[in-house]
Amino acid sequence: MAQDAGTNVKGALGLPAKRTPILIKGNDAIVKGAILAGARSYFGYPITPASEIAETASRTASSGPGISLKQEGISYCAGAELPCVIATIMRGGPGLGNIAPEQSDYNQVVRIGGHGNYRTPVYAPASGQEMCDLTMAAFETADRYRTPVMIAADGFTGQMMEPVVFPDPIPALPEKDWATRADAATRRNLISSIFLEPDELEEHNRHLQRKYKEIEEKEVRFSEYMIDGAKLVVVGYGIVSRVLRTAVHLAREEGIPVGLLRPITLFPFPKKRLEELARQAKRMITFELSNGQMIEDVRLSIHDRIPVDFYGRMGGNVPSAEECLDVIRRAAKEGGTL
Amino acid sequence: MAGEKIDKGRVEIGADECKGCLLCVSVCPAHVLVATKALNKQGYHPVAYTGAGCTGCGFCFYACPEPGAITVFKLVKTA
Amino acid sequence: MSAPVYEVFLQKPKGFYDTYERKSGDKTLMHYCPGCGHGELHKMIAESLEELGVRDRTIFLSPVGCSVFGYYYFDTGNIQCAHGRAPAVGTGAQRSRPHSIVISYQGDGDLAAIGLNEILQAANRGEKMAVFFVNNAIYGMTGGQMAPTTLPGMATTTSPLGRDVKLAGAPIRMCEMISTLEAPVYVARCALAGAKEINRTRKIVRKALETQAERKGFTFVEVLSTCPTGWGINPPDSQKFILEKMVPYFPLNIFVDKTDHEGEPYVPHPEPAPSKIHEILRLTGHEVGSFAPGAVDPRYMNPRMKIAGFGGQGVLLLGLGLAQCGMMEGRQVSWLPSYGPEMRGGTAHCHVNISEDEIGSPLVSRPTVLLSLNQPSMEKFEGQLVPGGLQVRNVSMIPAASKRTDIENLDIRASEIADKLGNPRAANMVMLGAYAGYTGMLQLETCLAALPEIVKKKTLVELNRKAVEAGYEEGKKARKA
Repeated sequence: MAQDAGTNVKGALGLPAKRTPILIKGNDAIVKGAILAGARSYFGYPITPASEIAETASRTASSGPGISLKQEGISYCAGAELPCVIATIMRGGPGLGNIAPEQSDYNQVVRIGGHGNYRTPVYAPASGQEMCDLTMAAFETADRYRTPVMIAADGFTGQMMEPVVFPDPIPALPEKDWATRADAATRRNLISSIFLEPDELEEHNRHLQRKYKEIEEKEVRFSEYMIDGAKLVVVGYGIVSRVLRTAVHLAREEGIPVGLLRPITLFPFPKKRLEELARQAKRMITFELSNGQMIEDVRLSIHDRIPVDFYGRMGGNVPSAEECLDVIRRAAKEGGTL
Repeated sequence: MAGEKIDKGRVEIGADECKGCLLCVSVCPAHVLVATKALNKQGYHPVAYTGAGCTGCGFCFYACPEPGAITVFKLVKTA
Repeated sequence: MSAPVYEVFLQKPKGFYDTYERKSGDKTLMHYCPGCGHGELHKMIAESLEELGVRDRTIFLSPVGCSVFGYYYFDTGNIQCAHGRAPAVGTGAQRSRPHSIVISYQGDGDLAAIGLNEILQAANRGEKMAVFFVNNAIYGMTGGQMAPTTLPGMATTTSPLGRDVKLAGAPIRMCEMISTLEAPVYVARCALAGAKEINRTRKIVRKALETQAERKGFTFVEVLSTCPTGWGINPPDSQKFILEKMVPYFPLNIFVDKTDHEGEPYVPHPEPAPSKIHEILRLTGHEVGSFAPGAVDPRYMNPRMKIAGFGGQGVLLLGLGLAQCGMMEGRQVSWLPSYGPEMRGGTAHCHVNISEDEIGSPLVSRPTVLLSLNQPSMEKFEGQLVPGGLQVRNVSMIPAASKRTDIENLDIRASEIADKLGNPRAANMVMLGAYAGYTGMLQLETCLAALPEIVKKKTLVELNRKAVEAGYEEGKKARKA
């Protein structure tokens, strides 16, 4: 978002002069971004609305029901500290649900869906450009921290076509001295998540937690829109943030002091920024395509200092900007932020 | 030593690496392996070579589940 | 007269570590119970790895079960796998390191129960890996529960009265099942019981690993093995149990041997030069802004559009064409197909934004422009148009009048025009041209240049070009002074 402040997304600004955009689906942009990031293998399963990713090729992608099946592997990768990138294009649930967009897998990807003391960084793209850029960022993060990284998008962001300017391929990541490369140098390496001795496993877990703490300190990404002087802060990610951007613009035209905070990383969550905003604002509202899952992180971030409302749609319905504007108007009136 | 039969093989059993499962005994065609009465440091009665009659066939080696408990030798020259 | 000279004939193979760095227990002994078949099979594998000289290239996959600690013993690359998933891990390892020799070592619960899908799929794909399937008819590590391979009538902790085949099914014969697949090159069953069968097993293990070293394909070796502790039988009698009870149900055989061909030599896949990757991925488009936008009546600027019609009328392609043109003229664009709950009743629609500014919601709930290709679409969506909005109607397919009086209607006989040009299905491009010609939002030159980008069948580009031109003329004629 050109007018956003606080974003540090690579490639969003300062593009090479001669680079030209192509009109491309979000799912396809993930694939191309992955290849530009060095992915040469893909292991996945086609699930609408993520099927294009399987058709095209590179690392692993699926949608809610498929991600549920992958939880075992994600937990093992976290335990054995294996870098990998997993894209989930969230659809309607629970169960088979439907193939329309939802954000109801927030808890699954952010609070982790598998067993054990682990977290996974989660990137939440909101545009075709970010489907590429954040995929590339995810590869670098996974490699740097030796961790699984999730890309959590929704059916709309996956199916939507937008112009995308593709950056240069990133240089090949260094060979890993810890990997099993089937050569003499790494012959004695072991990839394992087993630590039978309690003390040993506790130390391993402490090591993992230090890593997650470092990720929380260094990898937070978010963007803001019209946040200056906002007495009402709306919070939304992915496709919802796009709708909210329009709604906030319309509300500001009506004189409502509202601003948008969009988490780009869902873990780590932009806790500190929300805490700051809770001092300036009188009220917050989270908008989600779910029964209200991210709202818990917002409330925890601001220690319930100010009221946090929730507006959600489910089943594959995406609210219109006008619908969100109505919610903002009501909240502004009730919350006395006008 | 003249006139005495020279064995074609010889076997060494590491007493502390033997778990006394007797599989070697059960496959030995020359019947030259026996369980001993002594207890090893694991608390098993290790098998021992009687000291004569080994043919060097190696059956005991492959029947033994422990990697290093049995070493089999073959006769290379008599003089 | 000197004493006879003996030389070492058989000793601990070099495929093993000298000492086993387990956290507890003796570092020279394996953790297996006395008389357990795992040790025998481990020894045969380690010996073959040494003899073939392939230790450096080997990745050993430890399963879950008693042999979970395989990595403490084998001096190779080691990966410890989730229960039943070793063939999936092996697939990844082998494909990303094609020169590797992958050994998947699995028990009967691991392979024939929880991992049955993984093993069958890997076998069917012909993954280059050696699978050693240790069948001891029981879940050993967890204390002797009934396994998929437990013999009929055999008592276990979960079948204390003996396996009832009416309740639990008959034991699974894995070799026979795997043999039905096309890809496996070597499938054999052998037994760790008695000198003769042990010796035969050793040769089969060697053959499987040789086949891997030569990159010939998927090998599957089922080894009938003892579990004296789980069975409650002493080790020598356990071997008798295999020969007398297991072999009649699980016959020993070489089921498949298709190794009589040259192996597939490993040829490293050349990595393309970074500069070529964009070209390979086709990531370069038209120079943005090389098609200058024309002067546009402000009311047509920044259109939020809905395009609707029957599935098959090329509605999504029409939307794509509009977005492509907008992008080529240097504007921000988004295209969103009808998708999810809106996608019913055989109609298709899509949302297109073309904007001077960054686009917020790609979802168009209150369009300023509606392109209706058929009557149901008009009826469904014209109510959503903002007052003063524009509806372009394909009146070839819409006999009814528009119900809106506060909007602008542009009526185009798009299907008939397209039909005359040779194919009524080009009506979508007539509509594109008409919209461009009427509003001036998109230049004809841009539309024509966009066609090769969006029309996949090159033979149709010419027809579509004519359709766009014809539509453009119609639109321009109707343009208000």
